[in-house]
Amino acid sequence: MTGYWGVARAIMGREFLRFVHQRERFLAALVRPLVWLLVFAAGFRAALGLSIIPPYQTYITYETYIMPGLCAMVLLFNGMQSSLSLVYDREMGSMRLLLTSPFPRWWLLFCRLFGATLISVLQVYAFLAIAALFDITMPLWGYVAVLPGLVLGGLMLGALGLVLSSFITQLENFAGVMNFVIFPMFFLSSALYPLWKMAESSALLRDICAFNPFTHVVELIRFLLYLQVNWIALGWVLGTTVVLAAVAIRAYDPSRALMQRKG
Amino acid sequence: MAELEVRDLGFRYGAKQALEGVTFSRPAGSFCALLGPNGAGKSTLVALLTRLLVAPEGQIAIAGQDLQQAPRRALANLGVVFQQPTLDLNLTVRQNMRYFAALHGLPRKGLDARIDAALDRLNMAERAAERVANLNGGHRRRMELARALLHRPRVLLLDEPTVGLDAASRSAIVGHVHDLADEGLCVLWTTHLTDEVRAGDHLLVLHEGRILADGVTRDICGQTPLLDWFLDRTGAAA
Repeated sequence: MTGYWGVARAIMGREFLRFVHQRERFLAALVRPLVWLLVFAAGFRAALGLSIIPPYQTYITYETYIMPGLCAMVLLFNGMQSSLSLVYDREMGSMRLLLTSPFPRWWLLFCRLFGATLISVLQVYAFLAIAALFDITMPLWGYVAVLPGLVLGGLMLGALGLVLSSFITQLENFAGVMNFVIFPMFFLSSALYPLWKMAESSALLRDICAFNPFTHVVELIRFLLYLQVNWIALGWVLGTTVVLAAVAIRAYDPSRALMQRKG
Repeated sequence: MAELEVRDLGFRYGAKQALEGVTFSRPAGSFCALLGPNGAGKSTLVALLTRLLVAPEGQIAIAGQDLQQAPRRALANLGVVFQQPTLDLNLTVRQNMRYFAALHGLPRKGLDARIDAALDRLNMAERAAERVANLNGGHRRRMELARALLHRPRVLLLDEPTVGLDAASRSAIVGHVHDLADEGLCVLWTTHLTDEVRAGDHLLVLHEGRILADGVTRDICGQTPLLDWFLDRTGAAA
């Protein structure tokens, strides 16, 4: 139906325009992983030895190892940014406009989620391009093969943001999300160190990392960049996306702020 | 036939009863002021009419369409100006209008002409390319009104639309919306300011979640000024 497509285009277009207007956000999204890549990785490479693990077929540099984790980091931060802007929209009133559209609420939220995901994916490609300038490259077709993994990972993390935004009633509470969601998700994953390395220090930590859906986003991206599919990671990410999206659409209550103010 | 019909509407926030047994109906071509002191339940009623909240009790029909059973058709006939600004300040006036048009599924063909006509009616045509952030409060409100009419709704709901405007802008908006009602639109205007209500307007007074009065303003107040009547009945400062 053309109306549905028109709504999708408008919501995604607005996300894009909003992104274009926030150049600082784009810069921050690029600088953050680049700092990890060019500064932290340089220090970490000496401290961490890596063995040959799939999908790699030879010894790799630490910079190469953390590339998928940093791509996922861009998606993670954008998912949370999108959650922040949903809370902002609710406080600023523009969410009311969106929700008084006659189109179904699930479609409006999905378009919003998909639009934010596309913006994230664009930023990941910008990051991959800059990394390539520093000679950190992937197989050429890997850049194409990774696209569905980035979209799926972006949707999963965006849906997580949507779920969080339905529980965050005020912008001020957003700092808590950073401490309790972003950092544990990122550090308790295979983004910075492989799981076998984690197991050397603690089996429990390794299990937590293996249970963390973010680990599976990282691994999905890692394997796709090398033209392989990690089916377990794909299953985890797909399953988590479906569950989070279902929770988000069910739990997302635009009137929550109104109810709490009155209650 | 009633364009806006509300029957036995009730709503509670936890233990607090916000609305109880609210019933009224308004035909096409009428201007109805919904007057109530702060906390009377106006915002709750607006949230229910716009489906931001779903009413557990009662019925709402917009242009003959039940909001619960046929929300798409009902909302397609409703234009809303919220009390809180709902504009994207970074976008131009035209971009904001286009975004709204898409949210309502309006075809792209002929859309710009439709936007121009809507803006022109409110003397805003020359502002189409300006960023909303550069407009003053009065112009932003006019733009929101133009936008609310873009999909040609049959019912127009305005929630305290003059809050924060200077006297000239207030008077212009009140006058313009009365003209729209004269042209056949069913208008529901919520306010807590008695000076926005004319003697010939239909008046609904909401107090402590219930309808206190429903009729033509001059019939309700008689010779008593509306402000005095209102203060006397509600014991609230207007």
